[in-house]
Amino acid sequence: MISVGDLSKYYQVHKRPPGLKAAVRSVFRRSYTTVKAVDGITFDIRPGERVGFLGPNGAGKTTTLKVLAGLLHPTSGDVRVDGHVPRRREHVFLKKIMLVTGQKQQLLWDLPPAETFELNRAIYDVPNAEFRETIAELTELLELGDLVTKPTRQLSLGERMKCELAASLIHRPKVLFMDEPTIGLDVSMQAVIRTFIKRYNELRGATILLTSHYMDDVAALCPRVIVIDKGRLSYNGGLDALVRQVRPEKRVVLHLQSPVSPAALAPLGKVVAHDTAEAVLQVAQEAVNATVTRALATLPVQDLTVENAPLEEVMSELFARSRAARESEQEAALP
Amino acid sequence: MKLPATARALPSLFKVGFAEAVAYRAEFLVWMFSTTMPLIMLALWCAVARDAPVERFGQKEFVAYFLATFIVRQLTGSWVAWEMNFEIRRGTLALRLLRPIHPMLTFAVQNLSAQPLRLVVALPMAAIWLGSVGAGQLSRDPVLWIAFGAAMLGSWLVTFLTSFAIGCLAFFMESSIKIMEAWLTLFFVFSGYIIPVELFPPAVRVVGDWLPFRYQIGLPVELMTAAHDRQAALALLGGQWVWVSVMLGGAILLWRRGLERFAAYGG
Repeated sequence: MISVGDLSKYYQVHKRPPGLKAAVRSVFRRSYTTVKAVDGITFDIRPGERVGFLGPNGAGKTTTLKVLAGLLHPTSGDVRVDGHVPRRREHVFLKKIMLVTGQKQQLLWDLPPAETFELNRAIYDVPNAEFRETIAELTELLELGDLVTKPTRQLSLGERMKCELAASLIHRPKVLFMDEPTIGLDVSMQAVIRTFIKRYNELRGATILLTSHYMDDVAALCPRVIVIDKGRLSYNGGLDALVRQVRPEKRVVLHLQSPVSPAALAPLGKVVAHDTAEAVLQVAQEAVNATVTRALATLPVQDLTVENAPLEEVMSELFARSRAARESEQEAALP
Repeated sequence: MKLPATARALPSLFKVGFAEAVAYRAEFLVWMFSTTMPLIMLALWCAVARDAPVERFGQKEFVAYFLATFIVRQLTGSWVAWEMNFEIRRGTLALRLLRPIHPMLTFAVQNLSAQPLRLVVALPMAAIWLGSVGAGQLSRDPVLWIAFGAAMLGSWLVTFLTSFAIGCLAFFMESSIKIMEAWLTLFFVFSGYIIPVELFPPAVRVVGDWLPFRYQIGLPVELMTAAHDRQAALALLGGQWVWVSVMLGGAILLWRRGLERFAAYGG
């Protein structure tokens, strides 16, 4: 469904030091630097897949999504979405896709969302019967109720995001690019949006490529992740495999009946967190059974869970490793 | 025969565009009343013509000319260059680019959707104009009235396409607003907006005839005030539509080249 081959996108950025002198100088001589937002990435996504597209700020995620949506022309490389070259922006292509961003909205600010829905129906040439069916479906899934008849400016951020999603799906896109769809939303609204995205994917078989800094979004929605950093691909595969690869250790969380001393915990594994009611131990995967048995035998354990390391920690470790690898690459390149 | 999808979308685009114009009616009315320069020029030129006419313009002719100028300006104005600058710089143009309809068309429809509101001001002014000119002075030649209609459309197109093309320059520079303002300065001088083109010195008039500005205001005003016979009117109309074609070509070229540079900043 999506095929990206050796994609690069470079920007020429005007650079000027602060101050009046530099401002005057820049009138006569402007200096530019090349920023490699995306630097030769390759990946494929199958129809109906939900894939997380992850990376730190400035990694090139949004740039890649914009190239895939036809908004940006790539500097080089081959990009296809359902057989179309996005930068050509053929109408048949635009009718198949949608880019939803948490920071920009298509809803008409001073008019009710229903007006945007009607506008999109007309622009995407959606037959009336299909439009009514889609609206009924989206109203139920997103619990829109009478939100659609209030002016957009009077809606809360979460309500606007729900209406934004509905407006984006009027034409039932086959490919959905989502850039931080839950940014700024409270925890319960994030959960609503997540559930909705998953149901839309299951209902319509849509392919979803999602960026998010909230690892809960990724854990709930994306069996597969693609990680980029400084424009380069650093991981492409299953989320579970990524966790096993970066943080093979498990977390044993002990809920305690009464406080225990750090000395009592130390022989069981590395103590990651510890207070009067709870202790978290990090242990090698093969040592989990022994640790659990020993903890139950020696400590006042009320309850116990075994978990993977939090995804946030896995990601920051992965980014740190990529940074270190890049720095040593640069050092090696020095004369 | 089934209409193309874009044509089928037009009624909804107009409906939403009008709803938006109504939502911003206060700002819109302020903008309309800020375009009262022809009324100031009317007072000024009437004072000049109090003792003796200026060429063929007596006080009555100046009243007819500048009221017509006000009406034409109301109905053919375009602010798309400002909108495009804002959307290109902020990256919100991306939202238009995602839709399967050419953004030039959506900008145009947005502009035209405000016409009913503009008519609220333009129609009473037209009644005053008719009262001051007298129905007997109007041309009886239907061809001239058809030419007037075509000139109004051409005037809006030259104005809109020029503004669109200058808006596209924001793809290449940080802002093209200053270029639009420079264009407007020339427009005020050469279009007949503050001085009827007929009153220019001959050399300046020759230069003005080769420029697009007269076709933005002067031509429809001249046709409205029956300043030309049929032959001269059609020749000028031909010149106007050459400019429509030039501006359309330029706007499309700048749009295509500019889009390759669009950075879609801002999320």
